[in-house]
Amino acid sequence: MSDFVLRSQDLTRYFGRKCAVNQVSLAVPRGSVFALLGRNGSGKTTLIRMLLGLLAPSRGSAVVLGCNSAALTASVRARVGYMTESHFVYGWMRVRECAAFQAGCFPRWNKRVFDSVVDYFGLDAEAKAKNLSRGERAGLSLALMLAPEPELLIMDDPALGLDPVARRALVEAMLAVTADKDRTILFSSHLLDDVERVADHVAILDRSVLRVHCSVDAFRERIGRWVLTFAGRPPALSEIRGLIHTSVVDQALHVTIANPDEKTEAELQATGATTVSRTSLSLDQAVIDYLSDRRRRTSLLTAVAPEPSLV
Amino acid sequence: MAFDLTIATGSSVPIFRQIVDQVRCGVANGTLAVGDRLPSVRALAERLLVNHNTVAKAYNDLIRDGVIESRQGLGVFVARRRAIYTKAERSRRLDAALDAFLSEALVLDFSSEEIRLALDRKLEAAIPSGAASHV
Repeated sequence: MSDFVLRSQDLTRYFGRKCAVNQVSLAVPRGSVFALLGRNGSGKTTLIRMLLGLLAPSRGSAVVLGCNSAALTASVRARVGYMTESHFVYGWMRVRECAAFQAGCFPRWNKRVFDSVVDYFGLDAEAKAKNLSRGERAGLSLALMLAPEPELLIMDDPALGLDPVARRALVEAMLAVTADKDRTILFSSHLLDDVERVADHVAILDRSVLRVHCSVDAFRERIGRWVLTFAGRPPALSEIRGLIHTSVVDQALHVTIANPDEKTEAELQATGATTVSRTSLSLDQAVIDYLSDRRRRTSLLTAVAPEPSLV
Repeated sequence: MAFDLTIATGSSVPIFRQIVDQVRCGVANGTLAVGDRLPSVRALAERLLVNHNTVAKAYNDLIRDGVIESRQGLGVFVARRRAIYTKAERSRRLDAALDAFLSEALVLDFSSEEIRLALDRKLEAAIPSGAASHV
């Protein structure tokens, strides 16, 4: 895919002396469902706010739908939907007033979409926004984002605090959007089950640095796990290339490795292990291993290159 | 027994692979017959609550391997049976099934003779030979 709806180049932001986002270069292909993962405080929200032009970067730049984020025109802005973290809505408005207000800000407004989402979440059009439950507020926020039928949807932790029913409705809404090949979703989440269901691209921010940026399939293929057993105590492994994570289970050493190649197995044999066997890894295990890595020496980045590479 | 696809997230098997395996398995064990129609990509994606690209990828793999075929405007159907697996893959799968079966039988403390007899009985029930060779 050569068509990107969103690109950033070395996007960096400092808050005082603290670097919140460090030289992030992203490229989000048109039609993709792009999951932005990372622990709390890793810089996801700051990154999203810069992409949308709501926060000025300290360095670097971003382009959204062909337009520089720092100077988004009204017509480009109207093609981008944004769902804020914690589903902010004006509490003093009624549900129908929220709709009228939002409709006034967009050239396009699909009332049928708004009504069906609001209906799905069981909202009363006369209810005051401040009296809505968290799930209902998420429903309203979702309806407000979807009704202008944006071609790029940016959702900051949309599933935060939702009950299972509301979460399911959210995933269904996201999937319905992606049935249209020209619409793109960038969303951040901690819910890896949802990510596995909806996402086809994944990026991982780790303490302000982008460490993974590739397709979900590539991510799964490029991370391997081996189980090593030893006659005595397992040694400390530091010289294995691509090492992300190790853990000791019983007498065995479980090793997670990024970008394994034909030499990896031999390197693992050379540690003196009595047996070396490859096992498979679920998406959530792979992500968790990445996020709990203290060495931070590996990356799976494609950015603009077609294939992931070790940096 | 009706054919019913289910998927699990958090598995070490990617979702598209789970779909491929279940369709293959359904064809192999007869719950899916030649000519049976599979749900459309969109319908299955909606039911399983997964990205439709995931289902499309699984169907493409199955079409490529001749397990199912797409008929223009009609949908996706179980294809006339060809060898679904390569010879090596068939052997590998048989081996894996035998390993699981044997380790269970041995843990339960059956003798080789008892295991052989039990297997013969099952085989006779599954594929009656008529002229069973009793000594």
